[in-house]
Amino acid sequence: MESQRQIIERLRAAFQSGVTAPLQFRLTQLKSLLSLLEDNEPQILEALQKDLAKPKFEAVLSEIDMVVNDLCYTINSLPTWIQPSYVGKNLATKLDDCFVRREPLGVVLIIGAWNYPLQLILAPLIGAIAAGNCAILKPSEISRATERLLAQLIPKYLSQECFAVICGGAEETKSLLENRFDHIFYTGSQAVARSILQAAAVHLTPVTLELGGKCPCLIYGRLDMLAAAKRLVWSKFFNAGQSCVAPDYVLCTPEMREELLPAIAKALSIFYGSQPKQSEDFSRIVTDRHWDRLMALLGKTQGRVVMGGEGSKEDKYFAPTVVVDLDGSDALMQEEIFGPIMPILTIESLEQGITFINQREKPLALYVFSDESQVVNMVLERTSSGGFCSNDGIVHMTLPGLPFGGVGASGMGSYHGRWTFETFSHRRGCMLRGWGLERISMLRYPPYTESNLSWLRWATSAKKKSWGVCSVM
Amino acid sequence: TRNILRLSTEEMEKQAVDGARRAFNSGRSRPLQYRKQQLSALLRLIRERQAEIVSALKRDISRSEFDTPIFELIGIENDIKLAESNLADWMAPQPVKKTLLTITDDVYIKAEPLGVVLIIGAWNYPWSLTLRPLVGAIAAGNAAVVKPSEVSKSSASLLKELLPQYLDTEMYPVVTGGVPETQELLKQRFDHIFYTGNSTVGKLVMEAAARHLAPVTLELGGKSPCYIDKDCDIAVACRRITWGKFANCGQTCIAPDYILCHPNIQHRVIEEIRQTLLEFYGEDPKTSPDYGRIINQHHFDRLLALIEGCTVAVGGESDKSQCYITPTILKDVLPHARIMQEEIFGPVLPIVTASDVNEVIRFINERPKPLALYVFSSNKKVVRRMLNETTSGGVLVNDVMVHYTINALPFGGVGNSGVGRYHGKHTFDQLSHHRACLIKSLAMERLNMARYPPMTPSRLRTSMFFLRSRSGSCDQALRAWAVVSSLLALALLISLLVVLLRDSNIAA
Repeated sequence: MESQRQIIERLRAAFQSGVTAPLQFRLTQLKSLLSLLEDNEPQILEALQKDLAKPKFEAVLSEIDMVVNDLCYTINSLPTWIQPSYVGKNLATKLDDCFVRREPLGVVLIIGAWNYPLQLILAPLIGAIAAGNCAILKPSEISRATERLLAQLIPKYLSQECFAVICGGAEETKSLLENRFDHIFYTGSQAVARSILQAAAVHLTPVTLELGGKCPCLIYGRLDMLAAAKRLVWSKFFNAGQSCVAPDYVLCTPEMREELLPAIAKALSIFYGSQPKQSEDFSRIVTDRHWDRLMALLGKTQGRVVMGGEGSKEDKYFAPTVVVDLDGSDALMQEEIFGPIMPILTIESLEQGITFINQREKPLALYVFSDESQVVNMVLERTSSGGFCSNDGIVHMTLPGLPFGGVGASGMGSYHGRWTFETFSHRRGCMLRGWGLERISMLRYPPYTESNLSWLRWATSAKKKSWGVCSVM
Repeated sequence: TRNILRLSTEEMEKQAVDGARRAFNSGRSRPLQYRKQQLSALLRLIRERQAEIVSALKRDISRSEFDTPIFELIGIENDIKLAESNLADWMAPQPVKKTLLTITDDVYIKAEPLGVVLIIGAWNYPWSLTLRPLVGAIAAGNAAVVKPSEVSKSSASLLKELLPQYLDTEMYPVVTGGVPETQELLKQRFDHIFYTGNSTVGKLVMEAAARHLAPVTLELGGKSPCYIDKDCDIAVACRRITWGKFANCGQTCIAPDYILCHPNIQHRVIEEIRQTLLEFYGEDPKTSPDYGRIINQHHFDRLLALIEGCTVAVGGESDKSQCYITPTILKDVLPHARIMQEEIFGPVLPIVTASDVNEVIRFINERPKPLALYVFSSNKKVVRRMLNETTSGGVLVNDVMVHYTINALPFGGVGNSGVGRYHGKHTFDQLSHHRACLIKSLAMERLNMARYPPMTPSRLRTSMFFLRSRSGSCDQALRAWAVVSSLLALALLISLLVVLLRDSNIAA
């Protein structure tokens, strides 16, 4: 059995041999990854079912298909992405070649999470491979079945020289982080993120942190309440609320709450029937420990449970729950809920709602439901968040053109589509000069003179945009 | 009484940061007008006070009055002018490609300010390395706490005096001081920390930032290798290298640190450089107004210690009283010599010999990734190999340092030489949050029905139809559809013409 250090050294040697650089190699590996998903769909679905009781629909859409889409997009676009991009110059360098090359970083570490155990580790891997790196995958040990499946399948489909899966818990991750990587990609909690950043600081390793937080959902103004409720309920209770971009809590006026509650109840009954426990489309909580945490939150809340509230520990079922009459100091408002509990807080005005949101850490996603565009714009202008979506939830992260990532406490860096490729690349500025035009170069040499200086300044300054050819642009 | 009247150091830093945050939270740094106003004020500062800046630099580092505009001020001016011309575009939402499902929605990326940025400058180009990040911070709508290096004393106190005269004082406070003041600053919470300096302190900055989960940009250094191929114009190469190496007395993060060349051309290289030094600085560089000095005693002693034990081919003299070290070339330097273990940052140029390109590439790759890599060669194959088989922050072929002047090129390191990049629009991007925005309406609910539970195989199929990428892209599908519909239209047109002609024949 290889030690962690040996694995890393082996991957580093492979990287240095240059085997991951050619486009052909990267495309082959990506196509292989695609085969992994296509050949093993039943096994993947089974593992996800074991880990999270994930309904087939959710598993296909949010795990398998998301990765497949990203793979297809990357495979099609990679030949374009790796081309150098040429940039504008100033007069003194007009005859030179200036361009930016995307280069691989080396050996990267990707740490996955348990709530979307396949997507959150394979989506970053796509960009790591596309950018020409070697990668170590460290899947979450909490989603055990998926972890084991990945450990078994990755070596079968991807080059064992360049890609490895290392399994384990907190101890193994800690020792893994003592090694030097060229980039660390982490999805998970803020507490662990801090220790990852500190471990990265020792080696000056750049990191991408996909964290969480409490994603606010503001419902305000004129709107179709049932349509909004459906989308809200869908986003909140997808994966039993265990999504980093699930709307964590709702803000609305007392009057709107009166309309919202029956609309939510209706949506819930349409989606999961009168007994969500019997519905095949409702997931379970990932472990006993997480189930206990959620039950404890319900126990501590000062609010009133108006829907759900029950659960059964044996099968880790936790009913879709709605809590009202609570305020910002409540137990449910202190940490990311990450479960099927929806607190609804009331606000007197949009202004108050915006202030409430801004008093808290910047969230990963921010949602507004309203048919009034000035309401949407006001919230957009006056808040900050990783991503923003109006009149829906979660779906903004399925668009390949949008960067997915947090800001402030919700994370740093972004990925998906081309953004993953850029995350795992180094943008190297390149300039190729010739030997000629030494006369112009002479202007810059000592002994210095005023007239040389003024010629040189003229040649190297930016001109106004309208000058076109002469401008830096 | 003095202690009661003076604020303690801790409070001064905290006050500056709190004030900046208050100013940012007021929202006044966000409108385009404000940003442009602050940027043009900064431009005026540089233009109106150039004489004072030049004097401060002369006192700090004996910088020639001609070097200052070229090496420091033009870069800042260009960045400001670029931002002024383009800020409206940069701030506008950038639409992105949509999927079939979001075809009626607004999908775009919007650049937003981060909040309060900390900018820690360095002493070798105290104006450029502090103000260029500031330009990006202002352009991106942030507040910024500016901490110039205490090592370049005159520049630091001049900056502290001048900035409040031109910019919004609360929004962009200047905090001066040394290590304790910097440490105090680093305890505060920032939304981004921008540091220029060495790797050792860089690691401490990153660690401090970790506590608040703050992203960082680290512009560090390292040993920038300079390879001179046998196949090149050695005279021109050596002239350009001499210029880059000895400007600012070698105290430039992208100065060519050491030379790699074939042993057969080492002598020629030394002679060309020696000749160029004569042209540039005369017989006695000490008397040339264009040759600088080492910043302080500590670095002076450090450099002399590095020269010890090596073979001096040119120079080697020094004058402690002036912190003067003559331009020095060392020959036949061994890879394990002390001077090859740390960034030189001075007017000492070691030459390490290597027998071929393979050895050069291996030598470079065995060492930490540098900030800049220089290759002098007329051989396209050699150039291509160096580009493909090494990595570095930036690379420049057949010259040194001037890639720094192209603000369209991202400037930054990789690995040990740094994290992140800036210059021109890159600073704006680095100090912004690029927020992904999806603006939908509550209509078109029928399309959404397919994704709601309860799940049926047909609903799954419908959802997948809309969400799944094909092996082509959405673009290609649309293009295919455009072609097909054009062909159909053409076919219809032809049939119509045929019918009309037949009719007209019949009529005739």
